[in-house]
Amino acid sequence: MGKFSRRQVIRTGLAAGAFLTATRCAAPSGTPNNPASGPQVNTNQSKDVTLRLIGTGVSQINDIRDKAQEDLGFKFDMRALSTEENNQIAITQPGQYDIFDGEYFSLPLVVPSGNLQPIDIKRITNYDKIVSFFRTGEFKGMPVEKSQGTAPFKVQYLTGADSKEFSDTPTDYATLIPFQYNADTLGYRPDLVGRTIESWGELFNEEFKGKTSILDIPQIGIMDAAMVAESLGLMTFADKGNMTKAEIDQIIEILKEQKANGQFRAFWKTFDESVNLMSSGEVVLQSMWSPAVTAVQSQGTECIYAPLKEGYRGWGGGIGLSKNLEGVNLDAAYEYINWMLDGWVGAFLGRQGYYSAAPETARKFMSTSEWDFWYEGKPAAEDIVDPFGKTLAKAGVSRDGGSFDERFGNIVCWNSTMEENTYLVQKWNEFIAS
Amino acid sequence: MSETWKALKPYALITPQTLVFLLFLVFPILMIGVVSFWEFNGYSMTPAFTLANYQGILTDVTFKTYLNTFKFLGMVWLATLLIGYPVAYFLAFHVPKLEWQILLFLVCTIPFWTSNIIRMISWVPLLGREGLVNQMFMGVGLIQQPMEFLLYSDFAVVLGMVHLYIIFMIAPIFNSLMRIERSLVTAAEDLGASGLQVFKEVILPLSAPGIAIGSIFIVTLVMGEFVTVRLMGGGQSASVGKLIQTQIGSLQYPLAAANAIVLLAVTMLIIVSILRVLDIRKEL
Repeated sequence: MGKFSRRQVIRTGLAAGAFLTATRCAAPSGTPNNPASGPQVNTNQSKDVTLRLIGTGVSQINDIRDKAQEDLGFKFDMRALSTEENNQIAITQPGQYDIFDGEYFSLPLVVPSGNLQPIDIKRITNYDKIVSFFRTGEFKGMPVEKSQGTAPFKVQYLTGADSKEFSDTPTDYATLIPFQYNADTLGYRPDLVGRTIESWGELFNEEFKGKTSILDIPQIGIMDAAMVAESLGLMTFADKGNMTKAEIDQIIEILKEQKANGQFRAFWKTFDESVNLMSSGEVVLQSMWSPAVTAVQSQGTECIYAPLKEGYRGWGGGIGLSKNLEGVNLDAAYEYINWMLDGWVGAFLGRQGYYSAAPETARKFMSTSEWDFWYEGKPAAEDIVDPFGKTLAKAGVSRDGGSFDERFGNIVCWNSTMEENTYLVQKWNEFIAS
Repeated sequence: MSETWKALKPYALITPQTLVFLLFLVFPILMIGVVSFWEFNGYSMTPAFTLANYQGILTDVTFKTYLNTFKFLGMVWLATLLIGYPVAYFLAFHVPKLEWQILLFLVCTIPFWTSNIIRMISWVPLLGREGLVNQMFMGVGLIQQPMEFLLYSDFAVVLGMVHLYIIFMIAPIFNSLMRIERSLVTAAEDLGASGLQVFKEVILPLSAPGIAIGSIFIVTLVMGEFVTVRLMGGGQSASVGKLIQTQIGSLQYPLAAANAIVLLAVTMLIIVSILRVLDIRKEL
């Protein structure tokens, strides 16, 4: 220590400053500007195949990867990204992935890029076991059949083997095979709200001034806002899923007014933020994703995923194939899809509160009490445990919102990509800046 | 031969760095500039020459967002200067041993030891509605209702940024204070200058370049800031960086590129004006 001279200190200090600056500026690994590298595979043996998956954090689950590697004999390399990064890579860097796990509402942006190859339905063994709404747009005559927005069925099929156009009617070529999907709604803290929440309109209720939150992802946040505005009779939409410029103007005005009145505590963009807002009590009522509710509950905080009289906002994610896949790798990808629909994955996801694409096959891998709890909406016959060993519900408790049919059937709108997407983003920025 | 080599040596020495700069700084910025004139239709870009992107951002929203960003910049700059200067001064003049100076300087870098996200999340238990600060004030009986402005507000944004970036103000000021020849201070005192006069006539002018360098750091960091703005502002505060991020997130690259170019120009303008007022060359 004694040997330091002032000059040395100055030099080191400057170097340290430069180092700090440099580390601050580097893009984190895994972002589009600094993509994490994936291995290249050129071989004819399927055991040497490595499939590179990209998807959001909720779908890239290590347990599923490990089980798949064990059952199928080839390797998987998963990357968990944000919804936005996921779409960016899907569209701009097709060489980075083999399998795209993305949301249906991103397809109007991803499919025209030509980076996905249509999935040949003839090669999918259990395709006919997939929930009918995805395949045919029908679901027991329930409200979901008339749901607005980018409903999965509307973007499920392509017109041909190398088409980039969506088909209105079923064909042999699918865009995605559904993986996870759910019915989203408002979540709330019963201990801090003090009563039952039954309508989307409550989000703008003065009673919760400064204690509500919505998503800061324009394409999803706008749908929640629309549900609220419609419920309060503030405005009506011809089609919430495809608003006109005038409708966007009007709903943004409503949002600005609410923001100016101090209705919102914060907006969130990632899953963790919504969990954090809720468990800390900063927010008592907000739009939420179902695993976020589960995460709040698993911290020992009461949180209800409210079934609302206006219905749910649906979302769905599925697995698509990169156009780069061919030969053994393509075969391996099909094997993976068939394995995914075989039931183990479905049961795994079911225990997290998601629904399986093919519930029938998942049922084989679930206990009767699990099936009754998750799919039938019956009170739990025994403690319900998630795949990671945490108890989610004590015996006797029922799932919020009831059975699969009651929840899924009552989806009235879906996350959407509208024709006026650019205008929407512009107006959304205006709302944030207001 | 050796004469030629002598003439060429400086160029040879700067070549690697120049190449790195060209490849990883100049070229990407040029690309952003090019893309800002492209057309796009929601999911793909087509090379073209259109001014529509620039027209698209010349709106009230952008203007308001810039005003807001300037507001953050002004407050963060003032706070980092007012806090950073005394800290640097204390380190340079009142901490007698070099070892202690180094140790205390390292203490100033602590905010960088944790990840951004962790750092931001940890504000909630401190500033939140049921956070420590509110509990303390309510416990003492100073307030009846929790203070909401502590978190998810402009105040929180500025606080977060000051906490993060103050080291960039402290370091260059500390550096320039350390270079001041101590005999100058003695000389001034011998000539009968008061403590305040010594500071005003000798120390402040000699440390001005440090302030300028620190200010440049703060300007560049705050103008492009979006993570702190989002997390501390609870998503409700706007900044130019955040505006660009939303556009990139929605795949509107040409619009985002046009915005980035404008932001770059504005930031450069501020830096150039700082450099016109203060000469930092003797510091380098």
